[in-house]
Amino acid sequence: MGRQISFSEAINEGLSMAMERDKNVILMGEDVAGGAQVDHLQDDEAWGGVLGVTHGLVQTFGRSRVLDTPISEAGYVGAAVAAAATGMRPVAELMFNDFIGSCLDQLMNQAAKLRYMFGGKAEVPLTVRTMHGAGFRAAAQHSQSLYALFTHIPGLKVVVPSTPADAKGLLLTAIFDNDPVIFFEDKTLYNTKGEVPDDFYTIPLGKAEVKRIGRDVTVVAIGKQIQTALRAAENLAVQGVEVEVVDPRSLSPLDEMTILASVGKTHRLVVVDEAPPRCSVATDISAMVADLGFDTLDAPIKLVTGPHAPVPFSPPLEDLYLPTPDKVVQAVSQLLGHPFVVVP
Amino acid sequence: MTVTQVEQPVLSKQQALWMYEKMVTIRKFEDAVHALFAKGKLPGFVHLYAGEEAIATGVCAHLTDQDYITSTHRGHGHCIAKGCDLKGMMAEIYGKATGLCKGKGGSMHIADLEKGMLGANGIVGGGFALATGAALTAKLKNTGQVAVSFFGDGANNQGTFHEGINLASIWKLPVLFVVENNGYAEATPFSYASSCQNIVDRAHGYGIPGRQVDGKDVLAVYQVAQEALERARRGDGPSLIECITYRNYGHFEGDAQKYKTNDDRKLHLTEMDAIRRFTEVMDSRQLAKVEELAEVDARVDTEIEEAIQYAEVSDFPQAEELTTDVYVSY
Repeated sequence: MGRQISFSEAINEGLSMAMERDKNVILMGEDVAGGAQVDHLQDDEAWGGVLGVTHGLVQTFGRSRVLDTPISEAGYVGAAVAAAATGMRPVAELMFNDFIGSCLDQLMNQAAKLRYMFGGKAEVPLTVRTMHGAGFRAAAQHSQSLYALFTHIPGLKVVVPSTPADAKGLLLTAIFDNDPVIFFEDKTLYNTKGEVPDDFYTIPLGKAEVKRIGRDVTVVAIGKQIQTALRAAENLAVQGVEVEVVDPRSLSPLDEMTILASVGKTHRLVVVDEAPPRCSVATDISAMVADLGFDTLDAPIKLVTGPHAPVPFSPPLEDLYLPTPDKVVQAVSQLLGHPFVVVP
Repeated sequence: MTVTQVEQPVLSKQQALWMYEKMVTIRKFEDAVHALFAKGKLPGFVHLYAGEEAIATGVCAHLTDQDYITSTHRGHGHCIAKGCDLKGMMAEIYGKATGLCKGKGGSMHIADLEKGMLGANGIVGGGFALATGAALTAKLKNTGQVAVSFFGDGANNQGTFHEGINLASIWKLPVLFVVENNGYAEATPFSYASSCQNIVDRAHGYGIPGRQVDGKDVLAVYQVAQEALERARRGDGPSLIECITYRNYGHFEGDAQKYKTNDDRKLHLTEMDAIRRFTEVMDSRQLAKVEELAEVDARVDTEIEEAIQYAEVSDFPQAEELTTDVYVSY
C-alpha cells in the first residue's frame, strides 16, 4: 500500500504544490496564517486555519502569499475575484460555507458573470475553499452543505471530494482552472486517511469515479456520503445485492454520462445527499436521469437526504438528520422489493 | 489606548451586590464550562466570555426584561447578565431537551425572548441589523424599549457594521452598539485587522456619539452606558461604546493562544481583573463586607452546580423534534 495521509494533509500538500509551481497562487482568508503582525509568534505556532488545514504554508511561502484577512468576507472574497481577473490565481478560504451569506454577491453576481457579461474577455481563475457538512456538533449556522446553491449558478464550477487522493488532485485542477471553482471540504473528513500519491497530479472536473462496481443498484452519493454508500454496499453484498457506488466528484460540471451508464446497467438509482431535499443536488441528478435515462429505469428513483430542516445542535438529533447506511439499505430494499438489513 | 475618563457613579449597596453577583456568575459559569469541555462532556465547541464580565454586567444593569439585546458566538455572559436561567443555559450547551432552545441551538445560539435576549449568533456581524430592527419596533410602537447590540472587534470590519449603524442613525432608533474590543479577532490582532486606531473613531462617520471606556471597569461601563441609553430612550438615536477588554480563554476551547503574550495574560488575570478591581472598589466604599461577598460566591457555586446536575440528568430531545419549529405553519 502506498503512502497514507489525511484529507487535511492532502489539501495542504495540494496548496503547497500549487504555490510552488506558480507564484501567482496566493492564499487569503481569516487566520489562514494566523496571528498577523504578532512579533513574538513563530510561524509554526500560528494557527494555519481554524482547523489547521493550511498550517505551515506561511513558513514556506511567507505572509505576502499567505494573507490573513479581517473578518470581512465580502471584502476579501470580492478582492480575490478581481485579483484573479487581473493576473493572480488566488485561493480564498471561506471558513464555513454558511458564511456565504456575508459575501454571496461577490461570487454570484461578480465572479460567476464577469466572463459572460464582458463577452468572453475576462478570465477569473479563482478557487474558493470552504468547509461544509453536518456531524461536527456545530449547529445550524456552521453545518450546512450548500453546494446546490452554487451548482445553480452558471459560471461557477463546484467540486466536492470524498477521499484524500481526490481532494488533492481535484484541488490542483481547481487552482489551475481558469474559471471560478468552489471547492467544498467536509470538516468531518479532515482526519480520515487514504492513499495519496506524493507527486503533482490533477483529476479532471466533470469526471465521476465509480468507487465500487455492482450490477443491481446504482447509488450516487455526494462528498462524505460516499462513505455511507460504501458501508451500505458492503452490507448488501453479504445479502447478495451488488451496489455500484458513483462519486460525481464535481457537481458542476456534472458527469452525466457515467451516471447514466451505471443506471443503464443496474436499472435502479438511489441518490444520497445530506443536504435538505428541495432544489438540491439529489433532485438535480434525479431529474437528469428521469429526463435522459427514463427508459432504462425499472423502479422509481429513491432519495436519501437530510430533512427539510436546519441542522440541529443536539447530538442525537444531528445523528438523525444525516443519511446512514441503514437508510440507504432501506431505500435499496424498497427498490428491490425485499427487506434487506444492516448487519452490524 | 485613549480611554475616556469616566465620572464614577454613585451606587447603592443593592446595585453593587447585583453587579458583583452577575460578574461572579459569568466567571464561574465559564470556568465550569471550560472544565466540562476539557472532560469531554460537551458536544461541539464553545467560546468563553471570562474576562469580559464587566461589559455585559455594566450595560445590562440598565435594562429590563422588555429591552432587547443581540449577542455573539461568545454569548454566555450576555445571557447571564440579561437574566437567562442558568439551568436552561447549561442544558442547552449539553444539547438537552430542557435547554432554553430545546437543545436545537447549542452554545452559539442561546436565546430567551422572554428576557429580551434575541440570541447568541454564529455569524460575525449578524447582530447589528437585528438590534436595529428590534429598535425599529420599539420606536414604531412607541414602547420606550431600547436595543443593545454587543459585538466584538472582529465584527467591526464586517459590512453589516456600516449598514446597521447607518440605518439606526438616519432613523434615530433607540439602539446602543457596544463593541467588546478584546484585541483579537479569533487569532488575528485588532491592530492588524482594523484600519482605525480606535473603533469608537468610526462613530463620527455615522453622526453618532462614541465613547471608549476601560471595559474591565464595571462602573465606567455602567456610567457610559447609562448616558447612551438615556439618549436612546429620549429618542435622540444610537451611540457607540467601545470597551477595551481581554479574553481570558482562547477564541474557542482548545486554542493554544500562542499569539498572546504571557505578560498580558498575567496582567489581565491579576491586577487588571474586573472582579478583583470591583471588589476593591466595594471595599473602599464600604459597600459590602467580605462575608457578604463570600455568601454570594457560595450561592453562585451552588447554582452552577445545580445547573450542571440539571443538564446532566435531562433527556435529549425526542426524534420528532428534528423537524418541528422550522415554520409556524406549513
